[in-house]
Amino acid sequence: MKILVGVKRVVDFNVRIQVKPDGSGVATDGVKMSMNPFDEIAVEEALRIKEAGNAEEVIVATIGPKACQEQLRTALAMGADRAIHVLTDDEIQPLTGARILKALADKEEPQIVMLGKQAIDDDNNQTAQMLGALSHWPQATFASEVKIEGNTAIVTREVDAGLETLSIDLPAIISADLRLNEPRYVKLPDIMKAKRKPLEAIALADLNVEVAPTVKVIKTTAPAKREAGIKVGSVAELVTALKEKGLI
Amino acid sequence: MERESMEFDVVIVGAGPAGLSAACKLMQLAEKNEQELMVCVIEKGSEVGAHILSGAVLEPTAMNELFPNWKELGAPLNTEVKGDDVYYLTGEDKGIRTPNFFIPKPMHNDGNYIVSMGNVCRWMAEQAEGMGVEIFPGFTASEILYNDDGSVKGILTGDMGIAEDGSEKDSYMPGMELLAKQTIFAEGCRGHLGKQLMESFDLNKDADPQHYGLGIKEVWTIDPEKHQEGLVVHTAGWPLDNHTEGGGFLYHMENNQVSLGFIVALNYTNPHLSPFDEMQRWKSNPKISQFLEGGERVSYGARAVNKGGMQSVPKLSFPGGLLVGCDAGFLNGAKIKGNHTAMKTGMLAAETVIESLKAGDVAGKELSLMDEKYKSSWVFDELHKTRNFGPALHKFGTFLGGTFSWFDQNIFAGKLPFTWRNTTPDHATLKPAAKCPVINYPKPDGKITFDKLSSVFLSSTNHEEDQPCHLKLTDPSIPLSQNLPLYNEPAQLYCPAGVYEVVKDEEGNDKFQINGQNCVHCKTCDIKDPAQNITWVTPEGGGGPNYGNM
Ligand SMILES: Cc1cc2nc3c(=O)[nH]c(=O)nc-3n(C[C@H](O)[C@H](O)[C@H](O)COP(=O)(O)OP(=O)(O)OC[C@H]3O[C@@H](n4cnc5c(N)ncnc54)[C@H](O)[C@@H]3O)c2cc1C
Ligand code: SF4
Repeated sequence: MKILVGVKRVVDFNVRIQVKPDGSGVATDGVKMSMNPFDEIAVEEALRIKEAGNAEEVIVATIGPKACQEQLRTALAMGADRAIHVLTDDEIQPLTGARILKALADKEEPQIVMLGKQAIDDDNNQTAQMLGALSHWPQATFASEVKIEGNTAIVTREVDAGLETLSIDLPAIISADLRLNEPRYVKLPDIMKAKRKPLEAIALADLNVEVAPTVKVIKTTAPAKREAGIKVGSVAELVTALKEKGLI
Repeated sequence: MERESMEFDVVIVGAGPAGLSAACKLMQLAEKNEQELMVCVIEKGSEVGAHILSGAVLEPTAMNELFPNWKELGAPLNTEVKGDDVYYLTGEDKGIRTPNFFIPKPMHNDGNYIVSMGNVCRWMAEQAEGMGVEIFPGFTASEILYNDDGSVKGILTGDMGIAEDGSEKDSYMPGMELLAKQTIFAEGCRGHLGKQLMESFDLNKDADPQHYGLGIKEVWTIDPEKHQEGLVVHTAGWPLDNHTEGGGFLYHMENNQVSLGFIVALNYTNPHLSPFDEMQRWKSNPKISQFLEGGERVSYGARAVNKGGMQSVPKLSFPGGLLVGCDAGFLNGAKIKGNHTAMKTGMLAAETVIESLKAGDVAGKELSLMDEKYKSSWVFDELHKTRNFGPALHKFGTFLGGTFSWFDQNIFAGKLPFTWRNTTPDHATLKPAAKCPVINYPKPDGKITFDKLSSVFLSSTNHEEDQPCHLKLTDPSIPLSQNLPLYNEPAQLYCPAGVYEVVKDEEGNDKFQINGQNCVHCKTCDIKDPAQNITWVTPEGGGGPNYGNM
């Protein structure tokens, strides 16, 4: 079986995010970009499933401008077999992303589509669920453990009340949570090998997908700076202070 | 332990201007000779440019030689220097503009470019990769590998996934041997392997000790009304006294940004001096703050520079390898410029390797052709002309020394028939704390001046938490038994990232604490510790600052 993994290029989690002076978005010029950490976990899990003998091929896919190749190469260096790059310079919102992944799934016919539970740039947490609805495949989101048994996946999910274990028929969609695994370090020879692994570029226009942004970003602002706190001596003082601020 | 290995013709340590120029030149020459050449560059930063911090006013000499068509190729040299102001700051709120005529010639900047050297390196890395160089960011060269005959055979990359207590984590990945006929060391100022090479091959035999400065830099986005793209501002004088060398710079880059910084020479004598706080209060002088008011600080970082000049340049060749760029110490102290000399010496190393390959086997050989090439290059001429600049400042203080330099450079063009030397290493200059005045630094105002922690935050520094500390104490007792009573443990002040602290433990006793995860890899502690007790070693690859356009 094949596993298709979606990966996204995002501002590296170590970088302090800065809003562009005109409020039109987040500054990305000269900023370190990396693979979304949850997607890295998804790639790792797909590789582990393959290494356990439960899959034959791991395909990674991304949607975005030319520079996203870097993240595909990283995934190939981790061990993925081949990569698909859907080229576009436009901003891709979750619904469009899900439609594109659906088109790729139709083409590749994987048994599992693995995604990160969310991307750390917009924290939408929507793509996996939308892809589930579009493809009519079962979905298991926030996975913290995945076991493959024949044609089913046993997935443990992290939910508010604790852990929930699902058994879903394949083909299915699984989204990875933080505790699913710890991604491997890439090895130098594998970085060199990754350069020679197949990477197919497809223009977004060639996929016949409806690209319709459904959400418009009006303004981006940095969070308000935290003001210095004050110390209060008693509960009465606290209540007065809160009242003065109009908070109670 | 059996380790995996890979073989190359040339391994280059460090993807800075020196290492990348060497890589590009190697491939250009190999192509010209229709020669197959396997070259790799290994870089400890998480990506190329992540650990690059420079001013930077770039003198395009070496770039013109390496890529005569750099403009068409899209090199990010976008802002030509349009104005060149030098101020002598006389106090907190005063400064006088030095007439152009009085400025020593090497400090003029006509024809130079204001750049982000990090972005220039990213661009050079693309060129190198395009020519077939393998670049491995996120990997450190942690050890030198030697052949049985003592010659260098390559480097070992750092192990990944080692826990703080030294045990192997689940993610453990042992380092690999990268073997080469010649290894080019381009680690920049105070290279951790370069330092070992100088010792094992006694490369400093005929050189004076190296001298250093610590440069602390910020990038600001400023009010477009106040921005004058292409303007270069330098300052001397306040807040340093006449016995402490150093000075400030402020460059108006593209996109309404300014790059500004302050360099303090590490031969300062008062252990109460804090380079970080000098830099912060320097910004409050109106000559600087006029540009910053209403702006926002976007980035912070620090890096040592070597400023020993010609007298401190070591031997560059040794069996199996070469030293280039600031790993050897080619910064021109009069200009505070080292990028063009780093690039040029990288290129000379490439020529040396290719020409020697023509003559036969180079594996493990000592290519003294490199030293000859350096001595007949413009890098040597340049350093020779300005050789008395640093020592003059040291001998006469910054004011008279500056006057000497004006005569030396503008009237005698650097040809005075003598060479001054400065043979006291920087770690040996501190006077006892009790004999020095305490310096009262003003509190940060949160607008122009800031505290250390909020500053380090802007360097986007990160190290995997669970790993052995990469700042090694030879004798763990020295900080508290010697440095504290004698010098008030100066690491607390000279480290620009707040890594070293003397705190109280539960019983109220002093404890020396090392917050290694904050380290911005400036190398100052390795240089300035009076007992030479701190050794900076490579942490897990990818750790350290994540500089954007520094
Ligand atoms: C504040 C400041 C302002 C400056 N202003 C100017 C200026 O205006 N103009 C100018 O020309 N010069 C300026 N310089 C000097 C200039 O930046 C240096 O001369 C130049 O960076 C030297 O280049 P390099 O390639 O030798 O070393 P570096 O630029 O230091 O590059 C070394 C690279 O090697 C990597 N590395 C080091 N050790 C290892 C290891 N063991 N394993 C793997 N990777 C390693 C580092 O991460 C780094 O990327 C300034 C310097 C400072 C600090
Ligand atoms: S610990 Fe040393 S190398 Fe690291 S930031 Fe501090 S002084 Fe610089």
